[in-house]
Amino acid sequence: MSRIETDTVFVRRDFLEPEAPPASLGGFPGWARKNLFSSPLNIVISLAMLFLLAWTLPPLFKWLFVDAVWTGTNRDACLPKDGEAVGACWAFINAKLAQFTFGSYPAEERWRPALVMVGFFVGLAWIAIPKMPRRREGTWLMLTAFPVLTFWLLYGGLGLPIVETSNWGGLLVTLVVAVTGIVASLPLGVLLALGRRSKMPFIKIVSVVFIEVWRGVPLITVLFMASVMLPLFLPTGVNFDKLLRALIGVALFTGAYMAETIRGGLQAIPKGQYEGAASLGLSYWQSMRLIILPQALKIVIPGIVNSFISLFKDTSLVMIIGLYDLLGSIQRNFSDANWSTPSIAPTGLIFAAAVFWVFCFSMSRYSMYMERKLNTGHKR
Amino acid sequence: MTLRDKTVDETPRSWVRAVLYDATIRGWVFQGLVLLGLILFAVWVIHNTAANLRAANIPFGFDFLNMRAGFDISQKPIDYTLDSSHAQAFKVGLLNTIIVSVLGIILATIIGFVVGISRLSNNWLLARAATVYVETLRNIPLLLQLLFWYKAVLSVLPGPRQGYALPLSINLSNRGLTMPRPIAGEGFEIVMWSVPVAVALAWAMARWAKRRQAATGQSFPVFRASLGLVIGLPLGIFLALGAPLSFEIPELKGFNFAGGMVVHPELIAMLLGISLYTATFIAETVRAGILAVSAGQSEAAFSLGLRPRQTMRLIVVPQAMRVIIPPLTSQYLNLTKNSSLALAIGYPDLVAVFAGSTLNITGHAIEVIAITMAVYLALSLITAALMNWFNARVALVER
Repeated sequence: MSRIETDTVFVRRDFLEPEAPPASLGGFPGWARKNLFSSPLNIVISLAMLFLLAWTLPPLFKWLFVDAVWTGTNRDACLPKDGEAVGACWAFINAKLAQFTFGSYPAEERWRPALVMVGFFVGLAWIAIPKMPRRREGTWLMLTAFPVLTFWLLYGGLGLPIVETSNWGGLLVTLVVAVTGIVASLPLGVLLALGRRSKMPFIKIVSVVFIEVWRGVPLITVLFMASVMLPLFLPTGVNFDKLLRALIGVALFTGAYMAETIRGGLQAIPKGQYEGAASLGLSYWQSMRLIILPQALKIVIPGIVNSFISLFKDTSLVMIIGLYDLLGSIQRNFSDANWSTPSIAPTGLIFAAAVFWVFCFSMSRYSMYMERKLNTGHKR
Repeated sequence: MTLRDKTVDETPRSWVRAVLYDATIRGWVFQGLVLLGLILFAVWVIHNTAANLRAANIPFGFDFLNMRAGFDISQKPIDYTLDSSHAQAFKVGLLNTIIVSVLGIILATIIGFVVGISRLSNNWLLARAATVYVETLRNIPLLLQLLFWYKAVLSVLPGPRQGYALPLSINLSNRGLTMPRPIAGEGFEIVMWSVPVAVALAWAMARWAKRRQAATGQSFPVFRASLGLVIGLPLGIFLALGAPLSFEIPELKGFNFAGGMVVHPELIAMLLGISLYTATFIAETVRAGILAVSAGQSEAAFSLGLRPRQTMRLIVVPQAMRVIIPPLTSQYLNLTKNSSLALAIGYPDLVAVFAGSTLNITGHAIEVIAITMAVYLALSLITAALMNWFNARVALVER
């Protein structure tokens, strides 16, 4: 057994400071080398992309901001100056903003739709943010009291002057169509999805035919049908509102898509859940309401939000049957002689695109957030 | 000890209960009631419609299809004049829908696959650019994008005299894309026929190579050989016949071009809008499909000694395609249905020509809308049927 000579053994107790990586691997050069110039092909791609960006971004930026006209009261502001075309005509958007938001809603009554919109967004935040208190009550309030209040405020009656729906327009109509479509399509979708999975043959056939027909045709033909054929289907003399007809078309169309989304959720519920509910002695509707649907709907929340996003984008189609939603009212103003210049069409369309983008992008982010949040539970 | 249900009522009326609580009987009664409701609703609707049509003096029927249409269509792939019938107008509209759908599907697939693979690239700039493209265009309504291309880009292009001259005598102006029109010379149909022949030969060769490899283990450069065959055979015949193809070059006459071939700005806007929009969805599908093939698959292939390209072709792509193809088909269907937005920018598709002009002129709303819907519905159902067949064929056979 050998003795360790303590005075000849040296054990270093503290760690050496790590050396900095070689200059070519650290910092931006290293990052660029790894992510942009790792192979000959990547070098070519990166250079091509840089060239493309340098070629497109500066002129776009110049057009959008530097050369843009920000103030003005009529088309003179946006006419070419010194023979050179100006950029985006934001003055046009500025002057028409109220019209793009409310359409031709009477100016002295515009506080009503404004109030509804504020209420809607506050209510939405209340139900959509998981940390909010009393979300269940909030949901009930938004589904019962809020629509009644909204109808009263928007349409009038009971002391408020009546504003016909033909005067509604802009973002107001976009939101009304989208929200009504969403709210109406959910229960319809649940019923159709249950019907399609029903054991009763006739109910199943009716549901399948309904779903497949609406999903098989373009929305525009559905809107045409709602605006041209619906009046023929009703007793002579009964004439109902153009907006309402579009709403019915949109709701039926979205309901069919919603049904397929929800059916996906129903199919993902293990059979044991159905059997468990039955063995507890629950009736069909009780087991659906208490056991199956809460789980199924939870799974398909991202899918439902995706349906909402496509519905929100599709609301722009009501323009074709002569309703003035956000896109429709912007498009209508292109022919305003007061403002007619070459730059208003791109400006208006980019503005509309930005508004739609903000709505759809935030919805898709919310859906991703919910997906992550709901993913914590039982994974099979 | 036995459990006894004390609530069971042993009175003579218990058969009433038995009937009332029998799930089967209740189910049939419920279905009968629904059927009755639907029939009553249908009768009510038909009665109202008949009364309304009588009041408007429009007889129900399809005779109007043979009447003179009397409106012009800007893009006519087949013969059509003001004197043609509505049926002919329907065919023109349908063909225009097919043209824009087929071209759109080809373009969207190419862009979608390129962008989808780019999003997975290890080149940071390329992946970011692809992400920005997808997230931007996916969240903007298609109708708005169509209007943008049509009103904000194409209609502000300079007139034909100041148009952009591209190579090969192609000119881009606010009248559209003007290009030389190919004129087939004598014997050109032989060249055309040689293409399917070459494809058939390539297919036969691939089968032979596969069988030989299975028997002997020797591989054969199938891809290069069939590419050479499909391009080489028609090209060889074309040259041997003395290149029987000439071009009619468009010439500026007055304010517009004469001769040549014109792609109208409406079609360009449709193709740009619809393919760039659908490509974002295809890109997401492709990305998801590639990510769905687990890394273990390529690792296993490498450990078997397959080369990277073989791994891609034999292992990754077939498995990714199984995931990609079903949603890809539904994107193709969406594109076809979305082509109906052509109405908004004046491209004469089925909806614009038939559900627009014909409906306005004849007033036969029910017949016209029903025919239009039936066309799209048939298309969807046929695609769905093919898709189910395909799914059953490629589905994983599990233990």
